Amino acid sequence: MASLRIRSFLTLLLPLAALPAGAAGGRYSDGVVKVGVLTDMTGAYSDLAGPGAVAAAQMAVEDFGTLADAKVVVVSADHQNKPDVASTLARRWLDEEQVDAIVDLVSSSTALAVMPIAAAKKRITLLSGPGSDPITGDKCTPYDVHYTYNTYSMAQGTGKAVVETGGKSWFFITADYVFGHTLEEDTARVVKAAGGEVKGSVRAPFPTTDFSSYLLQAQSSGAQIIGLANAGADTVNAIKQAHEFGITPKQTLAGLLVFISDVHALGLETAQGLYLTTAFYWDRDPESRAWAKRFLARTKRMPTMVQAGVYSEVLHYLEAVRKAGTDDADEVMQAMRDAPVNDFFAHNGRIGPDGLMRHDMYLAQVKKPSESHYAWDYYRIVRTIPADQAFQPLSDSKCPLVKQAMGTGVGR
Amino acid sequence: MIQALFGQLLLGLINGSFYALLSLGLAVIFGLLDVVNFAHGAQYMLGAFLAWILLARFGVGYWVAIVAVPASVGLAAMGMERLLLRRLQGLDNLYGLLLTFGVALVVEGLFQNAFGISGNSYPVPAELKGGIRLPFMYLPLYRAWVVAVSLFTCVASWLVIERTRLGSYLRAGTENPRLLQAFGVNVPLMFTVTYGFGAALAAFAGVMAAPIYQVTPSMGSTVIVVVFAVVVAGGMGSILGSIVTGLGLGLVEGLTKFLYPPAASAVAFVVMAIVLLVRPAGFFGRTA
Amino acid sequence: MSRTEAAPGGPRRVLFAYGLLVALGLGAPFLVYPVFAMNVLCLALFASAFNLILGYAGLLSFGHAAFFGGAAYAAGLVTRDLGLSPELGLLAGVAFAALLGAGTGALAIRRTGIAFAMITLGFAQLVHFLAVEMGWTGGEDGFQRIPRGRALGVLDLQHNLAAYYFTYVVFLLGFATLHRAIHSPFGRVLRAIRENEPRALSLGYDVARHKLLAFVLSAALSGLAGALRAIVNQFAALPDLGWHTSGAVILMTLLGGLGTEMGPSVGALLVAALETGLAGFGSWVTVVTGAVFVACVLTFRRGLVGEVRTVVLRSFHGG
Repeated sequence: MASLRIRSFLTLLLPLAALPAGAAGGRYSDGVVKVGVLTDMTGAYSDLAGPGAVAAAQMAVEDFGTLADAKVVVVSADHQNKPDVASTLARRWLDEEQVDAIVDLVSSSTALAVMPIAAAKKRITLLSGPGSDPITGDKCTPYDVHYTYNTYSMAQGTGKAVVETGGKSWFFITADYVFGHTLEEDTARVVKAAGGEVKGSVRAPFPTTDFSSYLLQAQSSGAQIIGLANAGADTVNAIKQAHEFGITPKQTLAGLLVFISDVHALGLETAQGLYLTTAFYWDRDPESRAWAKRFLARTKRMPTMVQAGVYSEVLHYLEAVRKAGTDDADEVMQAMRDAPVNDFFAHNGRIGPDGLMRHDMYLAQVKKPSESHYAWDYYRIVRTIPADQAFQPLSDSKCPLVKQAMGTGVGR
Repeated sequence: MIQALFGQLLLGLINGSFYALLSLGLAVIFGLLDVVNFAHGAQYMLGAFLAWILLARFGVGYWVAIVAVPASVGLAAMGMERLLLRRLQGLDNLYGLLLTFGVALVVEGLFQNAFGISGNSYPVPAELKGGIRLPFMYLPLYRAWVVAVSLFTCVASWLVIERTRLGSYLRAGTENPRLLQAFGVNVPLMFTVTYGFGAALAAFAGVMAAPIYQVTPSMGSTVIVVVFAVVVAGGMGSILGSIVTGLGLGLVEGLTKFLYPPAASAVAFVVMAIVLLVRPAGFFGRTA
Repeated sequence: MSRTEAAPGGPRRVLFAYGLLVALGLGAPFLVYPVFAMNVLCLALFASAFNLILGYAGLLSFGHAAFFGGAAYAAGLVTRDLGLSPELGLLAGVAFAALLGAGTGALAIRRTGIAFAMITLGFAQLVHFLAVEMGWTGGEDGFQRIPRGRALGVLDLQHNLAAYYFTYVVFLLGFATLHRAIHSPFGRVLRAIRENEPRALSLGYDVARHKLLAFVLSAALSGLAGALRAIVNQFAALPDLGWHTSGAVILMTLLGGLGTEMGPSVGALLVAALETGLAGFGSWVTVVTGAVFVACVLTFRRGLVGEVRTVVLRSFHGG
């Protein structure tokens, strides 16, 4: 026991070793550009982000190459989906370890906890995992970039596009917490605007393992589409049980937040026919395939949109740093906004003054087992939703920075 | 409306029978050994996971798993009892609770490291696929199977413990182990086997659960708090208590999901709190 | 004085030991990351408060997270939305926890042992449920952007150093309160109740009232710890109300030493260090925590401080 105390005490002292010995490295603070991936390594989101996100960041740094007079380093930590842990880790990173950019922050509560801390210390947060709209709405900061998706884009994709393909009547099964409510509200609004109708909804406690009762209610509503306003284990259980109770294929499921890791865990037999919106699909085109194969070789799994997003945003950040010649947050943010994003991950991407990276999204449907010919051959891309339709227009933005930018006529 | 209600009630009954099965192992161990087995959730998870591993890695199906898995988990639990729990005999049962809590954490952590969190899908066995179309709902065959097996297991366990000689030895062992030992019964061995039996019941529930719920390392800890509520409300020493309370909770929960779904997860605790305040030892508990 | 209270080497050594600890406390922010140290102090206070009812009164509560977490939200509400200063936030947290403790305690005290533990768990789950349902708590997102504020209107707690010393003073106040309670006739009666409740009852002590008072005091100081942590970390979150937090405080108390004064604080430091040190190793934290639990229960029941004290006492008495 005593040795444990000494050892843990020493561990506590380690951060002190990272204190800079003066401001070396010219325009780069302490001569190092340090990227910190703060993600969920062990909890509910570890498969959609987690170690895969860290690997993606490392790949980006390796592909980036080198800077003239600074090193580029990647560190990572597990926030365990706890905002307090995330906050403490972020603080320590920014105060003691000179981290310049915090990446991923899957789970909106951790993102919302860390963003103000980073903004106060003028460091950049590159968000890929969380989906909450207020991140670039009323909770926006000058130093955050929301890169991959948000609930609005999910609603637009799955809601509007599904109605347009014929799924007009909807019933929602909603996880009873803020995220679930937002997902339902956004999608219901879009469905109605596209000419569909919402036949009803039921709120299931978060988390729930047995959806049979709610699925029964959905079934008796007679709606064509059952919208699953939930994520993670809830979605997976709901889909599995819908299959068990013979609800599919008579009614179709629309997952409002589904990742390829979920489909993989379910298997095509159970998940077939499910509609979902995604920012990225590995098998979309030759470039995405090439990158995904590299990721697969490294992590033994195909990338989710969050992980691919991490690679893209870290590379985008580093290129902005090179262009600006510094790691000063204000200059780098400007450089990131100035440069469009057109790579294997996103087409027609642009970071707006609110920090939101608007890019094309895709409505996909999960293939039947007979349609799948090789490993991870899961999605059929039904339609592409262009960037200006997928995300909320700047004119509707609740972010105070946008009003500033629009007011002075600066930026897009 | 009535149709929908019937459907919900039937679902409630199905869930209730599963709760009863799940609580059985815990009630047996507490009733006979005076140990609060916090590892119950982990043993349940082990049951589901081992069934999945048998299928995914070795191609061994459900019907073998249903026997082999509980037996193995039971044996392992007996080992654990012999090595660890035995040492705490005579101490406040707080320590047994904490020890099993620690074991649960170790098991869950190891599985999480090895298998990640997303969980795995276990298919419904071919013989039990499909369902019956009732007028008010579609009843999956597998769920009907779960009800039948749960009720059978519960009744059988109750009969063995309350109505057979072996059972009377077990009950005597709780009250006065020394005297029973003086009569020539190997009490320590009996205790070990009982613990193993309780764990095997938990694992059995796990195998039954695998085709319904996603098999994840955390499935035990999500369910254990509710199981405790059932056992405590039913009366911690009473097998019959947990069975009846499990079924009852399933029904009450089913109604809640129909009338006010957001409260469904809190219902178990509300019921438990009310019961404990009105009847301190639980529905069927023996007053200390 | 009983054996457990007398210290080998007399009061001089005790004073020296306490003095050393105070010095360590004062110097801590220069040795380790201050926010980490502040969190440890909050957890130490929480564990010490919990120890009052477990170690001294013998009541195992599985629902203390309700007081710890609930007070965090109360403090947040008062400082962020009402704009009041941090000490008032702390007061709000304490008041909330004390009221909740009185309400749930009055009902839970009627039972003992496992039933008591389960009732406290049940109530904590209810509080958790209510927190999820009520929109103002922020639900899964947590209660964010709690201001550090200016203590007593003058001291700006935004600076980590100032915040640390503020935390340290509050910790000492809480700890002193516990110390007074333990080393008083009230504390002795609690111990009597733990050792043999029927006997204490037959001796004429109002057992129920003593238990309730201890429970409320424990709840109130747990609330102080929770409110303090909310201000230090600048938010409150749902896991603070969950049963894993209740489990964590049991671990800290057990690890450090039930029924010893310093034990829980040591346990808190160990658990916090363990979690931070193993943070990069994924689920190994769970595994190691579990293993520590098991080892503790099997061989280390007196906890770290308890073992040290036993060794020292034994060597002193040559036995």
